[in-house]
Amino acid sequence: MSQNAAAVKTPKPTSRKDMTKFQWTLKEIARNKTAYFMIAPFMILFLIFTVFPVVLSIVLSFTEFNLLEFPTFIFMDNYIRLFLDDDIFLTAVQNTLVFASITGPASYLISLLVAWFINELTPKVRAVVTLIFYAPSIAGSVYLIWATLFSGDSYGYVNAWLMEFGFITEPILWFNDADYVMPLCIVVALWTSLGTSFLSFIAGLQTIDKSLYEAGAVDGVRNRWQELWYITLPTMKPQLMFGAVMAITNSFGFGGVVTALCGFPSVDYAAHTIMHHLDDYGGQRFEVGYSSTIAVVLFVMMVGSNLVIKKLLSKVGQ
Amino acid sequence: MARLRTRKHKVVLNRSVGGDIGINVLLILLGAFMFLPMLYVIMQSLKPLDELWMFPPRFYVMSPTLKNFTDLFKLMSTSWVPFSRYIFNTVFISVAGTAGNLLFSSLAAYALAKIKFPGRRWIFEVIVLSLMFNSTVTSIANYLTMSTLHWVDTYLALIVPAWCTSLGLYLMKQFMESSVSDAVLESARLDGASEFYTFLKIAMPMVKPAWLTLIIYSFQGLWNSGNSIYIYSEQLKTFNYAINQIVAGGIARAGAAAASQVIMMAVPIAVFVISQSNIIETMGSSGMKD
Repeated sequence: MSQNAAAVKTPKPTSRKDMTKFQWTLKEIARNKTAYFMIAPFMILFLIFTVFPVVLSIVLSFTEFNLLEFPTFIFMDNYIRLFLDDDIFLTAVQNTLVFASITGPASYLISLLVAWFINELTPKVRAVVTLIFYAPSIAGSVYLIWATLFSGDSYGYVNAWLMEFGFITEPILWFNDADYVMPLCIVVALWTSLGTSFLSFIAGLQTIDKSLYEAGAVDGVRNRWQELWYITLPTMKPQLMFGAVMAITNSFGFGGVVTALCGFPSVDYAAHTIMHHLDDYGGQRFEVGYSSTIAVVLFVMMVGSNLVIKKLLSKVGQ
Repeated sequence: MARLRTRKHKVVLNRSVGGDIGINVLLILLGAFMFLPMLYVIMQSLKPLDELWMFPPRFYVMSPTLKNFTDLFKLMSTSWVPFSRYIFNTVFISVAGTAGNLLFSSLAAYALAKIKFPGRRWIFEVIVLSLMFNSTVTSIANYLTMSTLHWVDTYLALIVPAWCTSLGLYLMKQFMESSVSDAVLESARLDGASEFYTFLKIAMPMVKPAWLTLIIYSFQGLWNSGNSIYIYSEQLKTFNYAINQIVAGGIARAGAAAASQVIMMAVPIAVFVISQSNIIETMGSSGMKD
């Protein structure tokens, strides 16, 4: 009896209209318990090893912290110092922007076009070509070979070659010359840039339903460029978005290769990027607050360019 | 058969000969730019010391020798921790880290892409945004976490963080979204299949290229990991670290250094080749359906 009475008092809402937003959310959460179990292992680790450190860094960017004494709040002082008092940082921003605006789009387009070109090859040939293009990016520190090729003495392959043909009479100190450092680092960056996004483009192209192309041919797609623009690219938008984020993080986060090839700091700060500036303060001077500020600024730049690219990609296929 | 017909059909309708030639020339030029430095690495490793320091330097090796490799192995055997220990550490960390990454990323990616639960959008947004935050500054907080957990100087400090890479999840989610059809999942659910079953038996086989990519990405990252701030004991250090210690011995070890580059790059490339042959197999069998 009492059970019946309770049921009458609060009739169980059945459709979404009868519920408040909160009630509906609770019901949906209960209904999708499995989903939460599935993301739980990842999310717990993600909270511990990514979210917590990032939040802490953002908080630290408003403090002065040298790892020894307890951090003291100085509010916006780090940001003011960064933009008004730090000339090297402005050089780093400039270099990073030059670097990112060249290597980001270039590596993205090369990855996409090469993936598209080789997609029509037979599987065996495709595997070999994929390996040739992908190998430099998984081979670890193998990019150091560029230091041998462009070595500053006459044993360097490029110098010896140029001298033999009489272009130069004395070896060029490639990685110690402010004029050459940046272009060379861009070349090496492009050499190693056909990485995970390249593979994801190839995989994305392979999972496209072939019947779409037949339908396209019937609908008046006349050449391969139209096919690419109206069928292939719109179908692989998730992969395009992934590749864009990869291009942003790689081109803005570039620094390790420069340090390995030119040493730190690079000559006249000619290849000094925001990453170098950050490592300098965070890893060597232990000004953790200040380096966190640099990280936050870098983060904002990346998020901004991601928004722009998202806008651009939404125009694909139109 | 159907496949053959479509190919022919396409060539006739949508392909120009000029375009084919242009694309192939471009591919060959780019390929040469990618491949020649790699070839030079291999050539260097086969050169005897006098050829390494020859003037003018030559691209090709004249009298190839494996002496650089035997030198490297001799130097390895002089380390005071047995060298096999470094190799074991790296293999163990790479395999355990990659396995966990694959499992946790795929599970979470499946739920985020294919189950409509409250909160999935902003959870995904946060994960993508996290890719853009620099990892140098976060290492301080991570060190605090590791020492609180008493994981400093253990394998756990290297393996567990590798289990939740934002990049792995992002990659898997994008593929789950584009390649796994909702209709197939829905009919499986109506037949009473659990989410874990549809994940494992339906979704995962459909995104095989994606998780092979994830395996390569994760493995090569861990394989190439060198000195870590979390590890002090020599017995827990990695192969990459040890080999760098050896070749840092100056000009006399230039030969061994060249050989070490070949050894370091051979393993990720081998893993990649094995997984590629797998992709071809999948493509071969899935080609039937169109």
